[in-house]
Amino acid sequence: MSTNTAMVEKYRNNFLKEVETNVEEGEWVKMCMQCGVCAGSCPLGNAWEHPPQEIFMMIRAGKREDVLTSDSMWMCTSCYSCIVRCPRELPITHIMHGLAHYAKRLGIQPKNNPTQWFSEVFWNNMMRKGRVNELRLGLSLYFRNGFLSGIRESLKNAGLGRNLMKAKRMSPMEFFGGHGVKDASGLQKIINKAQELEAARIERHGK
Amino acid sequence: MSDIVASNETIVVVGGGISGMTSALEAAECGKQVILIEKNPSLGGRVAQLYRYFPKMCHPTCGMEINLRRAKHNRNLRILTMAEVTEVTGEAGDYSLKVALKPRFINENCTACGECEKVVEAEFDDEFNYGMSKRKGAYLPYNMAYPQRYVIDERIIGTEDAGKAKDACKYDAIDLDMQVEEIELKAGAIIWATGWQPYDAGKIQPYGYDRYENVITNVEFERMADPQGPTDGRLIRPSDGREARKVAFIQCAGSRDRNHLRHCSRICCMSSLKQTHYVREAYPEDGMVDVYYIDMRTIDRLEDFYKKVQDDEKVAFIKSKVASITKDKGDNPVLHGVDTEGGKRYETPYDMVVLATGMQPSVNRDAFPIDIVINQDGFIEPDEKNGAIFASGSAADALDVNRSVQHATAAALRAIQVVNKAAGIGV
Repeated sequence: MSTNTAMVEKYRNNFLKEVETNVEEGEWVKMCMQCGVCAGSCPLGNAWEHPPQEIFMMIRAGKREDVLTSDSMWMCTSCYSCIVRCPRELPITHIMHGLAHYAKRLGIQPKNNPTQWFSEVFWNNMMRKGRVNELRLGLSLYFRNGFLSGIRESLKNAGLGRNLMKAKRMSPMEFFGGHGVKDASGLQKIINKAQELEAARIERHGK
Repeated sequence: MSDIVASNETIVVVGGGISGMTSALEAAECGKQVILIEKNPSLGGRVAQLYRYFPKMCHPTCGMEINLRRAKHNRNLRILTMAEVTEVTGEAGDYSLKVALKPRFINENCTACGECEKVVEAEFDDEFNYGMSKRKGAYLPYNMAYPQRYVIDERIIGTEDAGKAKDACKYDAIDLDMQVEEIELKAGAIIWATGWQPYDAGKIQPYGYDRYENVITNVEFERMADPQGPTDGRLIRPSDGREARKVAFIQCAGSRDRNHLRHCSRICCMSSLKQTHYVREAYPEDGMVDVYYIDMRTIDRLEDFYKKVQDDEKVAFIKSKVASITKDKGDNPVLHGVDTEGGKRYETPYDMVVLATGMQPSVNRDAFPIDIVINQDGFIEPDEKNGAIFASGSAADALDVNRSVQHATAAALRAIQVVNKAAGIGV
């Protein structure tokens, strides 16, 4: 092995490669020039442990554990301020979601993070009939911490519920089944196929 | 204007800034026939608007004086001001140009006595001061303007002011009937020294240049520092005239940003470092400066200048691209962002903020009167397809004065080779 290749080997960052292969839009991470405008533009910046610019640097520094177990990317609300201002046009929001998704796939996401819990509830709710059942979604959110706090939460938000009903955005009948797309089983077939393809892709790339 | 003699041994230089003047003078001093075409009423371009040069902190007026003396004494050089090239046809060694000459309404009799300026009442934004002050409808573009001759703004033609100016002139120098004239020229080679313009800071929405009075650009700050500028050299806030003692500079305002200019404008780091001197010299006791940057790019020996500024404890460097600017109750611009060295969020008010806006070519890529190769940033590429059309200075790339002059001399040499060939010399 020449000195040159030995040095390349020494500095090869496996975690950056892992991110590029496995994370959606991960190949953009190396383009970050660390200007910090995403971190400064994030409206939830105070709530994050590591803003995007820091996450990108940590990926490049090989801090695999710290990045994937962080709750930072779960805090993203998809406001897209970072994408709009990024001088290198990195799709930062998408990279954050990609990282969160990858961490979940590996099962090392922060377990008590409410965002990832809600995402799963939302997905399962929508997949049943192809449309979101607002009533059931709201109730499962309110009753998350048990029956009594559920009642309390529901009463607190009763006004909101009434307004939604008035505006025909929510119907009490949703409790019994609810509306859906014309061909829910067809939709499920599409999703199953997509998941099959995704699984095959993961199989090919390992991890 | 019919006495202009031009042949395929003539070199036409378009643009009378530092690059164009250099190209024209170098070629003319080699004995070539040169016609220098300038769009504005006087020579000098952007450099004339600078207060001081980096890194020596000397005054551009000094070099300007030397160049003007060279120009006045050279019989091979013909200067046309208020002139614009409208059409170019032909090929290397044989070009034809159409040039439109705008009326100045003042002829060669003018002695620059200034009587017309006194009587005219209409006022307009002073272009020389980037609109930070007003000038009269009859004016001398700036003190050292060459030709040293007044101009009547075409917007007062037909008004009472025009008649007043004519009556005030003792030398019969005002001719209100001047019309646009079109002339045709021949040329063997053409040098484009059309230069640069500051990027429109209003387009950088989060910085609020269009909303906050105390957010200004680096070129405006340069005029402010000039004792002959709009504020008589005082560094004061445009909103209330209070002294600006705590100043922030934002680097890469529009440069190195795919939403604005993709390229690095190269001069802004050094120009901001130079401008920190202005603040520190104006307020030696309590003047303080923060420079917000992504990377400081001070190449070669200019690094010494950077080191010296770093040694000043009243000047701090913060590695961060500022995310946004808001305004507090005292009209102070407040900078928001994250310091990438340590990850701390800041929310810091300043008396005034200077945006280090970048350089963009002053001629739009679609506006060239002949088809030439232009790169993605709008600068002219050195390409064989361009024939004998050569870029000079910042029409070719974002360059500082030093490198522009080097580039301009090289352009002159290229043009000389073409006209020599046309004359059958030394090939």
